[in-house]
Amino acid sequence: MPSFDLQLLTTGPYHEMLLAGLLLSLQLLGITLVLALPLAVLIALARLGSFAPLRWAATALVEGIRNVPLLAHMLFWYFGAPEFLPDPAKEWLYNHNFEAIAAVVALLLYTAAFMSEDIRSGIRAIPAVQLEAARALGLGFLGAMRLVVLPQALRITVPPLLSQTLNLWKNTSIATVIGTAELMYQAGKVETATFRSFEAFAFATASYLSVSLLITGLALAYHHRFPTRTA
Amino acid sequence: MSFLEMVDTYWLYFLVGRYPEGPLGGLALTVLLAVSGLVLALPAGLLLGLGRVSPWPWLRWPVTALVFVVRGTPLLMVVFWAYFFLPSVTGHKTDQFSTMLIALAIFDGAYLAEIVRAGIQALPKGQFEAARSLGLSYLGAMRLVILPQALRHMLPSLVNQLVSSIKETSLGYIIGLSEVSFIATQINTLVFTLPLQIYCVLGLTYFVLCFGLSRLAFVLERRLAAPAQGAAQKASS
Repeated sequence: MPSFDLQLLTTGPYHEMLLAGLLLSLQLLGITLVLALPLAVLIALARLGSFAPLRWAATALVEGIRNVPLLAHMLFWYFGAPEFLPDPAKEWLYNHNFEAIAAVVALLLYTAAFMSEDIRSGIRAIPAVQLEAARALGLGFLGAMRLVVLPQALRITVPPLLSQTLNLWKNTSIATVIGTAELMYQAGKVETATFRSFEAFAFATASYLSVSLLITGLALAYHHRFPTRTA
Repeated sequence: MSFLEMVDTYWLYFLVGRYPEGPLGGLALTVLLAVSGLVLALPAGLLLGLGRVSPWPWLRWPVTALVFVVRGTPLLMVVFWAYFFLPSVTGHKTDQFSTMLIALAIFDGAYLAEIVRAGIQALPKGQFEAARSLGLSYLGAMRLVILPQALRHMLPSLVNQLVSSIKETSLGYIIGLSEVSFIATQINTLVFTLPLQIYCVLGLTYFVLCFGLSRLAFVLERRLAAPAQGAAQKASS
């Protein structure tokens, strides 16, 4: 194997390609995370609520999404879903980086499904009397949830949510199948253009690993700062 | 081409690929790959898990680092490393199936290692100390006392891991392995007019397989929980 060409990674067009890929991966992570959290809370509330049709619908949604690989979700949103849309909408999408939009939709639904399960078990870990006491004090269902149950549940839920964030970060790499120009895609392109597979993949691996370790570090710090309370 | 014509023409191709004239593919290959990946990952996970809790730092540190690195990288990255570097290590070209199999074994091995480690560390320390004071060696105590108890509750996690493996095999698509997602995309290219229906069928196929298995894990968990509770009650009374 020829020597490691560090120059390839620190300057020049390939450096810029890889960096652009890393940036897009981070954007996918950020946008998905911001959208997935509220969606996950909504799904979790629907599954815990007293309105049966909504509960069934949310359960079906979560199970349906969780049991299908993310890659199939990506293929569906990229190749299948546009068939629903009228032609002008399709044209607009294809002119506006549809690869990234489809990737975000797939990642969003997939991540929200998993996160909603974590939030749901967090809420269920709060004794029912908390909700009952809040209701007895005159709060509505949503008010009791917002002011009493959720603040306690989120404390238990943050560690699993961080580990879902880690999964999300790793899952952004799958967007490469539909040609989203994220880190894995760019590493593949640099590899094809230069035959420097080792350098390209080392850069990608190091980037994925650094962000993963950062998230793991956050989880450890959180655990240290807010240890799980035992009642 | 209508949906029913499409199903009529391609259902066998979807299930087994070009088998028996050509190589096995489709859904059969997906299941085969997931099961054999898990079978290979089991011993790897057991060894790595033991390494994670080993009292010897020269073993514990490298194993811990390996597990962290593998768990911190996407599976796709592991697949790419295997795809591009296995040939240069082994000296001959590795086919997509073996590449994917090795990537899965390493990746799932690292995840199973954490399940094994958690199972071992969940046991009371007294178990190990008692076994050692009865004269068993470290490995003997592990093999005869700790692991049988720790692994007992792993069965549901293993079925869940199989579900993950099935979903992970879909990444074979990227290196051109003719598993079910790849076959679905091929059918989509051939038919061209039914992308929505084809990808819905693909999703439904995975769903039936994975949802069925995760229900099985749920049932197993309940069955296993019952006698264990009895034993705990006996111990505490």
